[in-house]
Amino acid sequence: MELEYKNKKTRRDFFKAAGIFTGGVLFATLLKPYKSLAYKLHEGETSNVWYGIGIDIEKCIGCGRCANACKNENDVPREPFYFRNWVEQYTIKNDGEVIVESPNGGIDGFTQSIPDEDIYKSFFVPKLCNHCYKSPCEQVCPVGATYRSPEGIILVDEEYCIGCRYCVQACPYGCRFIHPKKKVASKCTYCYHRVKKGLNPACMDACPTGARIFGNLRDKSGPLAEFLKEHNCHVLKPHLNTGSKLYYNGLNMEVK
Amino acid sequence: MPKQLQRILLLLSILVIIFIGLRHYLIPESFGELGHYRANSLLDNEAHIPKYLGNDFCIDCHDSEASLLTIGKHSKIKCETCHGPGFKHVESNEKVDIILPSGRDFCGLCHSLNKARPINKVKQVDIKEHNIEETECINCHNPHEPWN
Repeated sequence: MELEYKNKKTRRDFFKAAGIFTGGVLFATLLKPYKSLAYKLHEGETSNVWYGIGIDIEKCIGCGRCANACKNENDVPREPFYFRNWVEQYTIKNDGEVIVESPNGGIDGFTQSIPDEDIYKSFFVPKLCNHCYKSPCEQVCPVGATYRSPEGIILVDEEYCIGCRYCVQACPYGCRFIHPKKKVASKCTYCYHRVKKGLNPACMDACPTGARIFGNLRDKSGPLAEFLKEHNCHVLKPHLNTGSKLYYNGLNMEVK
Repeated sequence: MPKQLQRILLLLSILVIIFIGLRHYLIPESFGELGHYRANSLLDNEAHIPKYLGNDFCIDCHDSEASLLTIGKHSKIKCETCHGPGFKHVESNEKVDIILPSGRDFCGLCHSLNKARPINKVKQVDIKEHNIEETECINCHNPHEPWN
């Protein structure tokens, strides 16, 4: 008799506890998405900072110190095919042939493989992530590991990236690679850790001729806005409508 | 309510509870707060330590070189452009933790003759021919006070 009574009580307790538990879980889980709903309400509001980079090709002397500084600052693997930032040497021959060279990204310097009398024109083009505001890489990421920060910087969440290489394929500028050790996508971050501390990206400070200008596009009296005002700049592959924020002064039409 | 409908509703509600519960544990903290990504990842990206420190750190000890560099053609170049990142050297003060560039090729990165290099921006010599008896450029040219 007593045993039966005990059993009855336990069953009621069990249901009670189970009810409280499931209710609690449901309540907690229902609270969580509200944060993203709150974000949706504010989406589209513009922030005061919106970073971009200007590059003056007429000033670039092809020393490759930007590519070197980037590798040092961000621990990019030193092998010659992992670059967040590199320099290309374009040589247009008299017969119209275009030769593009980038030995080790320009870190070890450039030599001209074409004899001077055959050269119609030659110049350097530094390249890095365009931090597009309609970036293809961000759109194709299946897990939301690539994203645009509120400052307009395209970043990778290394903890969340599954290393599927979709973004590497999607980038029309070839600015991404899979980190050989971490097995996640890796790319230029505009040195986010430096920018947040009020410093310039490492490649900007390393440039000896001031060919690179980093700045806030929304600050109309800032260095980048001034640069864009004074020079007629172009972006790479404008027909792809990527919303690139990497502006070149003196960009030759042969540059792809 | 017919009994079969009751059973189906019960089953459905259990499935919904399981789904919501799983979702709670599978979606990481701070996901969606700023968009379709983990907002805490911004902090992860911010956490790296800068390695290039800027001229102000160098000037504290190397004031004679710094004063030389206020004038002349190299005055706009940062110390760390040639000497590499200074974060280790600032802590240890050891010579091995900073780069002391030597050899003709290093100067040649900027100054070797190349058709692609704008001639009005940088002085160029053919490093294969220019004074080839000398192995070091810095024996004649002081990089902190280059000849005009």
